[in-house]
Amino acid sequence: MDYDRLRELLIMETILFLAHTEPDGTLAKQAFEVLGATMSLKDSLPESILVVGLVGGEFRPAAESIGSCGAARVLAVAGPDFAQPRYASDAAAVEAICRAANASLVVAPSTSRWFRAVPGVAYRLNGRVDTHATDFSVCDGFPTLTRWYYRQRMEATLRRNHRPWIVLLEAGCNPAWQGTPGSCEVEVLSLDLPESSKRTQFIEIHAPQAEEQTIRPDAELLFVAGAGWTKKQADGKVHIAEAEKLILDFLKLSQASLGSSKSLVDMSEEGQAVLPFLTHMNQIGQTGSTPRHRKGLSTCCHGEEPHVVGWRFISERRAVNLDPNCGWARGKTDVLYVADAFEVMAKLNALLAARKEQ
Amino acid sequence: MHPFQIVVCGSVVPDPLQTLEPISTPAGPALKNELMLPAILDPWAAHALYEAAHLAKKAPGSKLYLVSLGPKAKLQQVMMTVAQKVPFELVALDGPAGGFTESFEVAAALADAIAALPGLERSRLLVFGGWESASRGAGSTLQCIGERLGIVDQFQGVDDLRIQEDGSLLVMERIEGGRHQVSVCMGPPAVLGWATGNLPEPPNNPQIGMANMRLIMPALQKARAVKLGANDAVFLQVSVPRQLRDTKIVKDLASDEIARELAEWITTA
Repeated sequence: MDYDRLRELLIMETILFLAHTEPDGTLAKQAFEVLGATMSLKDSLPESILVVGLVGGEFRPAAESIGSCGAARVLAVAGPDFAQPRYASDAAAVEAICRAANASLVVAPSTSRWFRAVPGVAYRLNGRVDTHATDFSVCDGFPTLTRWYYRQRMEATLRRNHRPWIVLLEAGCNPAWQGTPGSCEVEVLSLDLPESSKRTQFIEIHAPQAEEQTIRPDAELLFVAGAGWTKKQADGKVHIAEAEKLILDFLKLSQASLGSSKSLVDMSEEGQAVLPFLTHMNQIGQTGSTPRHRKGLSTCCHGEEPHVVGWRFISERRAVNLDPNCGWARGKTDVLYVADAFEVMAKLNALLAARKEQ
Repeated sequence: MHPFQIVVCGSVVPDPLQTLEPISTPAGPALKNELMLPAILDPWAAHALYEAAHLAKKAPGSKLYLVSLGPKAKLQQVMMTVAQKVPFELVALDGPAGGFTESFEVAAALADAIAALPGLERSRLLVFGGWESASRGAGSTLQCIGERLGIVDQFQGVDDLRIQEDGSLLVMERIEGGRHQVSVCMGPPAVLGWATGNLPEPPNNPQIGMANMRLIMPALQKARAVKLGANDAVFLQVSVPRQLRDTKIVKDLASDEIARELAEWITTA
């Protein structure tokens, strides 16, 4: 293969940064992170062109917030039909923007909205899509992507010759673009949705009550509760109510996000004593999520590798466990405290409460 | 409730407790001893299957298919267990099921198999699957299947599906921050990529297993061979990340001291 020729062709990329707006017409933090990565990609491919594509009910605040990014074109599909996430309308909007931009590379945040719609658009464009990318940069002159396989158990670096190539980038992997707002000219694409694309109607976002909300993606700390919280303690009894109070108090005081091992979540289905605020949404690990937080504190977790995968993107890790050989701990955490988590957490809560009062 | 034709797409993945090691082959990356590794039905596809069976039970006359692309021997091994869970009819495709295959190709093979199902009625069709696999984990196969079948009502990260009195589908999809998006679709056809759903894993039922196996064995015998290989991705490196940290074990510290250290650590920027 003539790689020099191939590289010559590939560096003339049209890079489309694709984002959807929030209900108020602005861009979310993740979109700025992906714009930052897209700008780096463009800077590394000197002949390339940057195009911005926006989809949403309103686009002007978003366009103005990134007005100084130097895009050659800013395209938008907007209106009430595109205000809420829906596969049919989102896919139609993204397809229209990709075609109008004649994009060879499309970089977009890996949000639930894009995750739902964008792979289908890749099919329509006869393109290729890679999701959950953690890095998309230029290596040896070629756009090169890094992503995980087998539920975060192995990492691969790859490139593709096929175009268009659509990449969904994960949150928390790139610094946000820090440019200044500015005005820009926006080409609004007109798109009439057929009735067949309106068979699905958005109803609402269902969120837990504020005090019940235990998943906080932007939190500094991930608190991982393991099955040990529901097991018999030194006195031969289970202490579910106490465990529930300790964990919820800690979450309230620390504003941490709550994760749980699969075994603890599964107990509720098996009719065992459970912590009622835990659902599968809290589950981390191979069949759960792999959240990104700076710090992680694991308590009462036992575990094999699949559970520990939940730690993969946590930078600083500590664990409290009575078992010094816990799978979450040795070789996986920075510090393991061999202690009773019930005792430690009660005292930790008291300390955090005292600090809060000061 | 009108009967549905529910097609669940799902394949086999290595047992999550296995240690995986990548190797290079002329066809691209693969797993060391891939065919020797114990396998299970992909966890999210399994959730989709249980939800589908639950729905089929509530809508008498419904038909449930499991369309699966994987090495025939592995499928047979996994079906010995899965067949005992819920009643379904297997449509097997004999081909690779590894994580480094191209989702577009897999989608094409599965969509063609679905389109070829006898007596398929689009107005009753629900295509289920896991929202991601535990192998490739891309979450892009179902969307491509839907596109190939001309279905534009698609949902991903589904945790709940309710059939309303007018036949419409109320769908709850996982979105960011532990929330759900609630949508209503007028009815089939639709594609639903399931997250964990709400149902527990059904207990093994040998009677269901025996009834299923009567159809599963012939389905495996006549499994069409599918060749994947047009993956244009060039893998530069596939590696298992360095996992070992230098763990400091703190054994004899009083809980007051531990709490103080932790409080300091948590509150330090």
